[in-house]
Amino acid sequence: MNFAYFLSILVFSPLLGILVLSFLPKTQESLIKMVGFLATLPALLLSLIAYFQYRAGANLEGLNEKVSWIQFGNSEQLGNLFSIDYELGLDGFSLIMIVLTAVLSTLAAIASIHIKKEWKGYFMLFLLLEVGMLGVFAAENLILFFIFFEITLIPTFFLIGKWGYFEKENAAYSFLIYNGLGSAVLLIVIMVLFARTGTANIDALMAVMNADNPQLVAQISEDMKMGMLIALLIAFGVKLPIFPLHSWMVRVHVQAPPSIVMLHAGVLLKIGAYGLIRFGMGIFPEQFQSLAVLLAVLGVVNLLYGAFLAFIQTDFKMVLAYSSISHMGIVLIGLGALNEAGIQGAIFQVVSHGLIAALLFFLVGVFYERVQTSNIQNLGGLAKGMPITAGFLLAGAMASLGLPGMSGFVSEFMAFLGLFKEMPVLAAVGAIGIIMTAVYLLRAVLGITYGKAHRDFAGITDMRKFEFVPVLVLVGLIVLIGVYPSVLSEPLTSTLETIMLGIGG
Amino acid sequence: MDLETLLSYEWSIMAPEFIILGVATALSLLDLFMPKSQSRKILGWLGFAGILAALVSLLGLVGHGTESILLDTFRLDSFAKAFKLLLLLGAAMVMLIAISYEPNDGLEEFRGEFFYLFMAGLLGAMIMSSSGDLITLFVGLELLSISSYILAGMRKRNIQSNESAMKYVINGSIATAITLFGMSYVYGLTGTTNLKAMAGFLTSVFDEQHIYLLGLAFFMIVVGLSFKLATAPFHMWAPDVYQGAPTPVTAFLSVVSKTAGFVLLVRILFSIFANTPSGDAQGLPMILSLQDYIAFLAGATMIIGNLIALRQRNIKRLFAYSSIAQAGYLLVVIATMSLFMFDTLWFYLGAYLFMNLGAFAIIQYVTHKSGSEDISEFAGLYRRAPFLAIAMAIFLLSLAGIPGTAGFIGKLNIFMGALVPQEGHYVLVSIMIATTVVSYFYYFGVMVQMFFRPAADTQKVKLPAALTAVISISIVATILFGVAPNMAFDFLQGNFNQFTDFFQ
Repeated sequence: MNFAYFLSILVFSPLLGILVLSFLPKTQESLIKMVGFLATLPALLLSLIAYFQYRAGANLEGLNEKVSWIQFGNSEQLGNLFSIDYELGLDGFSLIMIVLTAVLSTLAAIASIHIKKEWKGYFMLFLLLEVGMLGVFAAENLILFFIFFEITLIPTFFLIGKWGYFEKENAAYSFLIYNGLGSAVLLIVIMVLFARTGTANIDALMAVMNADNPQLVAQISEDMKMGMLIALLIAFGVKLPIFPLHSWMVRVHVQAPPSIVMLHAGVLLKIGAYGLIRFGMGIFPEQFQSLAVLLAVLGVVNLLYGAFLAFIQTDFKMVLAYSSISHMGIVLIGLGALNEAGIQGAIFQVVSHGLIAALLFFLVGVFYERVQTSNIQNLGGLAKGMPITAGFLLAGAMASLGLPGMSGFVSEFMAFLGLFKEMPVLAAVGAIGIIMTAVYLLRAVLGITYGKAHRDFAGITDMRKFEFVPVLVLVGLIVLIGVYPSVLSEPLTSTLETIMLGIGG
Repeated sequence: MDLETLLSYEWSIMAPEFIILGVATALSLLDLFMPKSQSRKILGWLGFAGILAALVSLLGLVGHGTESILLDTFRLDSFAKAFKLLLLLGAAMVMLIAISYEPNDGLEEFRGEFFYLFMAGLLGAMIMSSSGDLITLFVGLELLSISSYILAGMRKRNIQSNESAMKYVINGSIATAITLFGMSYVYGLTGTTNLKAMAGFLTSVFDEQHIYLLGLAFFMIVVGLSFKLATAPFHMWAPDVYQGAPTPVTAFLSVVSKTAGFVLLVRILFSIFANTPSGDAQGLPMILSLQDYIAFLAGATMIIGNLIALRQRNIKRLFAYSSIAQAGYLLVVIATMSLFMFDTLWFYLGAYLFMNLGAFAIIQYVTHKSGSEDISEFAGLYRRAPFLAIAMAIFLLSLAGIPGTAGFIGKLNIFMGALVPQEGHYVLVSIMIATTVVSYFYYFGVMVQMFFRPAADTQKVKLPAALTAVISISIVATILFGVAPNMAFDFLQGNFNQFTDFFQ
């Protein structure tokens, strides 16, 4: 896998699809959908190659790319200071995130079959979004990370605002404003770091910020470090989302088209977790330790708040939205524990929830397509009309509530194991959330599948052939991680070691 | 001054100015002798050719060393060269927009003036960027201002255009008077109008009373110049004038005139006050001790521009407030006075030139076609004219500072400059970033119209060639400098050597 520009090709391969699409006539629906789907395949293929090569023992550093890009000021005077390179690279963690992104993008492209209008514009934005998401995880410096981060923002705004449901524009605007503010805060932190250290490279920053006598352009005090970490927490807290910054995310989950929610819940929210682990823990390890308790508390609040609200919702999409908030609480709990089990649990939860949320939202898309509602009461008795869909829905719910043998169990178990070690009382309180999860999910899913049928399901077909692909792939992956967690934990070993070294654990 | 000294000056360094002056004169004469029935469009093309010729002659001067002639009143230093480049580029594109402007409301009969007044204004702006003396500086400023006053009122039979010209004249004269009053203090203290001589004299001013007077002069100059920049506290004219003036004039005011304003501000502030002691214990130069006041103006401008823009329905008013906000971002550059100040200012003004002129070219086309300037005229533009809609989206994204565009790199530069000093300007940066997010609302509002709303009519669009050229150049530049900004930075570093000769 040592051919040149491997990562660039991986990240930018969807652009090829955009190029092809721009030459296609607007009206060729099936052709456009086919091209849109095919354009996600190169990234998937390349990311899988990288993954299997890495598992086979290849070195990821061979993939690093570096081209000098922007030089601020005079290079003779300043040397390497204030230069920004175009640098991509991977470690175990980002590799997993890239694989997750590529898989979910391909599946979401299949789910996009339900899109009803203007397929051309839709797929162009969709592929641009994929470029942004892949780039975020491959970026090796903060400015590049931010650029890709913002690139995800614009297509998502349009995808929600144009192809969503009734209140799509409100949802799109609240997405834009919350995330715009989040990225604004992020940009301040990035610029302070860049202006004061003269570099934006993540590894270089980790080294500089943790050195005893760092060489800086301008001084960075301890208070300032703390301030920056809190700013990061806010910036990524919007994305994750952390209570009370979550209201936009509920709206987006409900209003956006299901294929986009698959990506949104599956990948975009995870950028928040990725950022916290990579930058928060990596660059500010000492400050992170002093915030650990706060994070754990926030995690428990998220977990319980999401669970209780999910319990009283009547719309299944709302249940899933609050369930996402609740599950992101587990990520925070794992991070707050700040030991190996906890952090590993958090990363596992990131991946596992990405898969489960994508599965559930895909199924929502499937039955919404047929019965035009996602209200639990109106859906009652779905198992009579669509037994297979109902069956998979139950499987998704089981994975989500952490049934042993599925991925949700592994991640929740590890995150709580970590927290019980450090803060047993808090962990005990948090465990109530786990029970609540089972309660609200079963209430919702059983309400949908069984019960009295409120409508006539005659003439409604069950899942079609192509709809089986995403469902089977996702269920397969969820079970695979559940019974054989090494597929995730082995690639993560070196990343975890680095993190643990940083926080001195 | 005898003939010999006059001939000994190296007049060639004024070649761009001479070309503009010559073409403007020729155009006015041609206009006089041309038959009334003949279209004046040809004058526009001649003017455009003249500007291109001036641009070429300026590029020929780029390698020329620092030179000053006419008793130090006309300077050709890196600063002058770099910013004249922007002024000429901007004016050339404005001229193309003006050529495609379909006159109405009484402009038909005065079309010739329309073109050569742009040239006269441009000449004023160029003289300002090259002047080493308060007198030439002021003459340049007046030349620019008076041309702009007439241009704003060009649509003789349009009541809004008349109102706009009237407001512009009154506000402008007050502002100019304040600037002049401020300059008179400096003149009174130093006894000279030459910037270099002033700076030399002022290094040895230690009397507290004198320093106090200088502070007063500083305020008056900054406040007066804020009129040209359209920044707080003298921004109120902008919305009315932008709305009433013909669109090419609005484009001229928002780009060329604003660039000239920044050139003037930098010339005066950094020539006069950079070496003046502030009289405090640390012996800081005066300009550093007055930094906070500029920062305050910058913050106020950004907040006012971006917040009021939210409520605008008229696209030209919206862009007036947007350009007030952009001027606020540029003031941040001046307020922070970092190592990168000149580079940053130049780059952002360049990026702003392309994104704003591109947007104005589209605004002119869309508003003229329908006759209304409401934002809803953009509804369904994507259906009617995908090229225009995507181009407009690129310009709006650049104005909003989204990555991948020149506007983002410009903002990145500004942030960096503001955060590098030991005492980082955190408040200013936070205001700038927060107001940028606010600006998403109105920039995306236009995009929502273009992409989400259904079209009122489905008539196909036929774009004039000149407008197509402006829009295409702007798209290419906006994206190119957003993706490969080093092209511009290398050009700056290679040719202007960090503007070190500014202070010599």
